[in-house]
Amino acid sequence: MQVLYGRHHVRVFRFGLRLVRNEQIAEDLISEVFLDVWRQAGKFEGRSAVSTWLLAITRFKALSALRRRKDAELDDEAASAIEDTSDDPEVAVQKKDTGEALRRCLTALSPEHREVVDLVYYHEKSVEEVAEIVGIPENTVKTRLFYARKKLAELLKAAGVERGWP
Amino acid sequence: MMAMSKKILEQEPSEIEMLLPWHAAGTLNARDARRVDEALVRDPELARQYAVIREEYAETIHLNESLGAPSARAMQKLFAAIDDEPARNPSASLNLSARISEFFAKLSPRTLAWSASLGALALLLQAGVIGAILVKNQAASYQTASLSMNEPVTRNLGAGRPPRALVRFAPDARVADITALLDSYQASIVDGAQGGLFQLQFGNKAMTKDEVAGLMSKLQSEKTVSLAVPAQ
Repeated sequence: MQVLYGRHHVRVFRFGLRLVRNEQIAEDLISEVFLDVWRQAGKFEGRSAVSTWLLAITRFKALSALRRRKDAELDDEAASAIEDTSDDPEVAVQKKDTGEALRRCLTALSPEHREVVDLVYYHEKSVEEVAEIVGIPENTVKTRLFYARKKLAELLKAAGVERGWP
Repeated sequence: MMAMSKKILEQEPSEIEMLLPWHAAGTLNARDARRVDEALVRDPELARQYAVIREEYAETIHLNESLGAPSARAMQKLFAAIDDEPARNPSASLNLSARISEFFAKLSPRTLAWSASLGALALLLQAGVIGAILVKNQAASYQTASLSMNEPVTRNLGAGRPPRALVRFAPDARVADITALLDSYQASIVDGAQGGLFQLQFGNKAMTKDEVAGLMSKLQSEKTVSLAVPAQ
């Protein structure tokens, strides 16, 4: 368990943190995830990568944690409000830092778009693996990421960053 | 017409277009990767979009890496919770071969080699004692202390117990070979790795002296066995 934890806990934490947006909850989340793994190790059939299994459990736990926190439940607007405590995309552009503006806009995406972007780009999951983790058909995974990218382009455009697509 | 086509294109991205992010992340299978590569060569618009995607890819990694790592509290909480879990006995469900494999797996090759070397002297002494017993060719017995005018009541101590042997395995024997040998002889290890010798028990029925001698002879001829002598 220590080896498994050592190998995966940072990525599990980051995935959870991007979903729940609260470090304390994200830390509680990883304890719950690995405890579940400890209890259900016999059920893991090895048909998918361990990291895929872990991320699927993390996602489930994160959504449950968000549902439990009704008072702090985040919709897109509330999430944006929290994120806007420091520089917003416009300010970042004023600093002529397109990279930072891009990161700000990535943070401002909806939870559904955020998770698919993270799973594909950061966790390097295939179409099939994302479908397994999120529990949606493979074609939906592809179109969801496409529209997440379009939304990202709109946010950047609103922030004054034109990248030539779409 | 052109505007309509553009609108349709905007609403319905092509299959190749939707695969671009996975191409940037290097997670496409070879066939799809080749299709995307070919499309990128012949479509400059797609190539421009791909450049944008590579930028998104890099910044998503940058963003996630900047999130840091959890504190030690998370790990402490986890392992405290695991300690509070009901005790489990994972080996209870393992079969004999698995348990034997596990037993050997715990011993490093160096440990096995050293124990074999150190056990050589003890082995010679034990072999001498065992040999002497075999030469005498007498079963151990005891006589009851009852007063009787008839023949003494005796009980054969060797009777009824499955045969045992002290075995030293060949230094290059693999765990798989040893477990296969144990399976083929219906043997189990009853005492292990003392002076490089393992005490094995064969089956669950007693054997005659001739049968035991035949068993030892057969065992000795095995590649994975360097020495096998009967044990009491």
